[in-house]
Parts: sequence; structure tokens; C-alpha cells
Amino acid sequence: MAGTDIIIHDEKDNVGVVVIEKITPKQDCDCWIMENDKSVKIQSMDEIPLGHKIAMTDLNEGDTILKYGHDIGKVVKSIKKGEHVHVHNVKTKKW
Amino acid sequence: MEIPKTFLGYKREDGRTGTRNHVIILPVDDISNACAEAVANNIKGTIALPHSYGRLQFGADLELHFRTMIGTGKNPNVAAVIVIGIEPKWTKRIVDAIATTGKPVEGFSIEGVGDIDTIARVSKKAQEFSIWASEKQREERPISDLWISVKCGESDTTSGLASNPTVGNLMDKLEPLGVHLCFGETSELTGAETVCEKRGKTTEAQEKFRKTWSSYNDFILKEATDDLSESQPTAGNIAGGLTTIEEKAFGNFQKIGGCKFIDVLEPAEEPTKGPGLYFMDTSSAAAECVTLQAAGGFNLHLFPTGQGNIIGNPIEPVLKLTANPLTARTMSEHIDVDVSKILSREMNLDEAGDELIKATIRVANGRLTCAEALGHREFVMTKLYRSA
Repeated sequence: MAGTDIIIHDEKDNVGVVVIEKITPKQDCDCWIMENDKSVKIQSMDEIPLGHKIAMTDLNEGDTILKYGHDIGKVVKSIKKGEHVHVHNVKTKKW
Repeated sequence: MEIPKTFLGYKREDGRTGTRNHVIILPVDDISNACAEAVANNIKGTIALPHSYGRLQFGADLELHFRTMIGTGKNPNVAAVIVIGIEPKWTKRIVDAIATTGKPVEGFSIEGVGDIDTIARVSKKAQEFSIWASEKQREERPISDLWISVKCGESDTTSGLASNPTVGNLMDKLEPLGVHLCFGETSELTGAETVCEKRGKTTEAQEKFRKTWSSYNDFILKEATDDLSESQPTAGNIAGGLTTIEEKAFGNFQKIGGCKFIDVLEPAEEPTKGPGLYFMDTSSAAAECVTLQAAGGFNLHLFPTGQGNIIGNPIEPVLKLTANPLTARTMSEHIDVDVSKILSREMNLDEAGDELIKATIRVANGRLTCAEALGHREFVMTKLYRSA
């Protein structure tokens, strides 16, 4: 099973988590969806370190980020598929 | 894996079982720390639990102080207790409550005597307790005598992916065996509070959780100057890839696996509804939370970390696990169980859960945790508001 670069918790999720030390721009990544044991591929746009998130689809301002199949915040700056998703483009809906 | 039916623990007078055999010197208040530490320095086999409070507190805050002091003394990991306070009245209240367990406990007050004579008198009693406790032997005790608390810290996305679900897997396997379990961290369930509420076993438990979380959230909204973005998630969480409190909360929540909680406990409250999972209203700061859970009577703590929290507790052994391969490599002296192979998919959750159960039983039997060997003894009282 070695060779998984990105893990996605739930099929509904629009982000995945990098599980290797880092991925580099234009890297073809193997993703594994935990919920249903499916595999998908994605090409990264950015350098993304271990534990950080990648967008699995294009996202517009105001869209909801889904992880664990749940709402974890809103997009505040549009994000392209394969880009790094973090505090620069996503904010909490609480507080 | 077949889970062992027993572990080797210290049977106490009240029927509970300790995984450790400490003789503690417990100061009632901040100004009694010096005496307590001097005694612990004099008498081998004793430990002092210094802290910052215990003067001029009132109302619910004072009650929490007493509950934490008393619960710490009653914990089955403690064989015998010396209580030292400046005044006799509060000291006696703590001594009398600990004495209900049947374990040896004695109180001393400093006023009218001074530090030096107090240290001499207390040292004699502490020596007697230490020698008495040294003859206690471990014996075979049912696995259901384990009371396991959990709390994660310096979390990152690897916590939600692997180390927290590993703890959840352990809970799913140990809950049917009659183990007491406890999770807390009221603030860090924000974003997952509705999903968490539904995990209450009864309507009563669900309502209690909703009330507890809302009261916390109201306090945050009242006190926060801007938002909590400097505190939740922490800088360490953000460096580890966690973006929002909601993301942190759903990761945190993985620790309870598929279990349902039977009751909601006040901070430091002892569970009374039998075996199963409890939620305790606690801060999400590691040392405060574990101190409260230990005071609730829990005798072994599981602590998943992402970026590498290093916390320990003086009476409740804290076993750490991580799924972050960098942390496992760069902070190996703090990590008891490495489950980073889950991320490379060389290990599955079921296997990781089994590994954690094996490590938990070894620690219950007496194996020192990394934090114990390093001397981590963070004992931190939770204070609700200003003193009078």
C-alpha cells in the first residue's frame, strides 16, 4: 500500500491531507479515500508540507470546506484544484 | 488480538486499583509549597505537588479547588497522603474527605508553628508513610479496574487522521470490558458540538452536554476581545496544517471512536454511573485537563500528539502516541507509541489499536512512560475567576 501521498477522510470531502514529507508543484499524487477505500489522482499546483491540505476541486469565495464529511470553515479567497488550503484562504465560521 | 483480562495493580482500601504507588505531599495553598517541597526532599519515596492557588478563593471556584485537592488525594494511584496548609480548617476538610477511602492521610498546618518545625513534624510522618507504602505489592486485578482518561495536544492533521482514531479504536475495544473512560476539552469540541451532543447515551446526557458547551461558548463570546484565532487553533496546530477550530474539533472527536457518553462531569468530579465513557467539562490546556481527570479518579492517561506536546502528571501516568513521522523521529524520547505507519498505510487502525492496548497494559503494570522517566509532573489547578 506504500505510495499514498494524500489521504481523504470521507468521499464528500473537498480537501485531502498530505501524508508524505511534502509534495511539490506539478507532482502527480496518489490519493486514498479512507471511507470507501477508493483511490484517485490529483496534480498539485503548490508545494504543500506534511499534514497540510490540498483542494480536490475548484472552490469559490463563500464555499464550505468539507473534511470528515463535515463543515470545517468557509473559503475567503478562491482556490483552484490542487492548491494549498490553509489560513490564507479559509476561515472558521465560529468566533 | 485477545485482550488480557487482568493487569498488575495496587489494590486499595476502597476497592479501587492503582497503577502507581505514590506517597504525596499535598499543599492546600501556594504558601505551603515550600514546606511540602522540603519534606519531599527529605523523605525518599514521596513527591510534593506544588501549585499556585488556594487562598481567598470563593464560591464555585473554591469548591473546584477542594474537589481537585480531595480527588487527587483519593486517586488510587496514591497510597498515602500528607496535607499541609497554612490554616487548620481548610486542611482538615481535605484530610477528612480523603480519609473516607480508608487510606493513610494526615494533615498539618503551619500557622503558629513556622516552616522549620512543621517540616520536622511532617517529615517523620512522611517517612512512616513512605516505608509503609514500599511494602505494597502489585497483584492481578481485572482489566475493568482501569480508568482511562484521554486528551490530545499540539495536534495537527495527523492527530485526526491516525493517532486520535487509534485511541478511538482502543475505546471501542475496552468499553465492552467494563473500563471507565473519560474525554474532555469543552472548547476544542467547538464546531463538532452538535455531532458530539448526539453521542450522549440518554437525552439527559445530551442536554447536559449542550448546556455545558453553551455556557463555555457564552463565556468566550463575552471575554474574547477579537476572536480566538491566536489561541484556537494554536500556532503549533497551524504549523501542523490545522486551519480552523472546526477542523481541530472533528479531529479531536475521533478519540472516542464509536462510544457514547453516559454522563457529563463537572471539572474534577468523580464518575458515579458505572463503567463506560464520560465527558468532563475541562479546559483544553493539557496540564489543566489531565490534572482534573486525575482528580476525577482516572488512573492512566492516553495522550495523542501531532507536533509534540511533552506533558506529564505527578500521579497519573501519561502515555503518548503520535502518527507524525517527523515528531516520532525528532522527539522520540517523548513518544511511547509510534503509529506513523498508519499514514504510509503499512499499519491499519485495528493493528494500531492493538499496539496501544498492549502498551497501555504494560504501563498499567508499572512500565514507566516517557514523561515519567523525564520527570514531567505538571500539576495545574483550574481557576474559574478572580479571588476575593
